[in-house]
Amino acid sequence: MESYYNPKDLAKFADIGEDAPELWKKFSDWYGAVFKEGALSEREKALIALAVAHAIQCPYCIDAYTQASLEKGSNPEQMMEAVHVAAAIRGGASLVHGVQMRNVEDKLNMM
Amino acid sequence: MKEHDVSEFSEQDNQFKAFETALEESGLYPLTATGIEIFQPNFGKLCNQACKHCHVGAGPDRKEKISRKTLEDCLFILKESRIPVVDITGGAPELNEHFRWFVQEVKQLNRHVMVRHNLTVMFEPGQEDLPEFFKDNEVELICSLPYYLERSVDRQRGTGVFNKSMQALKRLNALGYGMEENGLQLNLVYNPGGAFLPPSQSAIEADFKRELDHRYQIRFNHLFTIANMPIGRFRDLLEKIDNYDCYMNRLIAAYNPEAAKAVMCRDTLSIGWDGRLYDCDFNQMLGMNCNHGAPSRLSEFDLKTLNSRQIVTGLHCYGCTAGVGSSCGGAVVEE
Repeated sequence: MESYYNPKDLAKFADIGEDAPELWKKFSDWYGAVFKEGALSEREKALIALAVAHAIQCPYCIDAYTQASLEKGSNPEQMMEAVHVAAAIRGGASLVHGVQMRNVEDKLNMM
Repeated sequence: MKEHDVSEFSEQDNQFKAFETALEESGLYPLTATGIEIFQPNFGKLCNQACKHCHVGAGPDRKEKISRKTLEDCLFILKESRIPVVDITGGAPELNEHFRWFVQEVKQLNRHVMVRHNLTVMFEPGQEDLPEFFKDNEVELICSLPYYLERSVDRQRGTGVFNKSMQALKRLNALGYGMEENGLQLNLVYNPGGAFLPPSQSAIEADFKRELDHRYQIRFNHLFTIANMPIGRFRDLLEKIDNYDCYMNRLIAAYNPEAAKAVMCRDTLSIGWDGRLYDCDFNQMLGMNCNHGAPSRLSEFDLKTLNSRQIVTGLHCYGCTAGVGSSCGGAVVEE
């Protein structure tokens, strides 16, 4: 089936560097540094990435950070909780805009 | 399900970079032994469990088992050599009628004995006093426990295995196993629940220690992480879900020359239930004997030649050289 998203394309990510090698190098050095153990563990960073992957709904990132989370020692329960955090923030982000709606509504409903 | 007993590499495997090429590129070809520190007899394929990832294809219906004669030959070799460690594996080696006799004979030779123990076999008929036997003979136990959650363990090893394993660990703790750093050694083995590499050994060991203590008041000495080998039942499973190529590519991408330098086959000799010699238990399951001029049978044992033999390698070796490496003693490279 034809699709914009093909799992095999994930392995081609580095090919992007062919058209802008300096920018790619800067990106990949920074990306590598971001995921190194620091104040947060590699496992915690992989779980954050997994949650963000769901929030931005990137299939490549979901693929990569599901594997990374397992390889950093997270279990499916922890990973699903991370997905719920992403979902809660997305849902909450929609809901909190209800305040905007109420502000506008207050302004319009003068009586 | 078919059970693999011989080399199972297929045309499909030609697409991958040969392991020997990876060794060559990192200046490690040919890979040679550095001596024999560990003598690892495989007692055969009989087991009370039939785990999904088992590279041996072991199970309750398997008939292959090591004979008394082969074990006597092993003892003769041990007497004539100074190999310090005997690492007994299977199947469930305890189910072999010569197991206890062999352990006692090896102890008489003042060698360290390790047994790869599945924890549940002590609940089989006639095995009730197994923990006491282990204690009396100061056997180091290397026990399979792929995770600290029931769902993960039972999915891989069979329904009810987790709860039996917890009971077994409590019995072993009660005898003093796993309680002191220098006491009776109780080590656990983690392997991934699927087609991914093991996590950091120290990080997952800390998780196991915290969770097993908190949930079940169970203690142990060390946790070893071991990667799933793309052979036997695990390969069948990967192929069934169309994930074999992906897993192989993952292993190949994670090839680490430092892990290759420290692979266990360099100081281990594996002995088949039928008296054949192998560089490791995985080669044994693939029917890949010691070769390159080294003897391939116990009856032809020659320590000098075997000490510096060239290791027989194949695509599956990527399983031991990925990331921080994998061996019967866990990761081989410091994180």
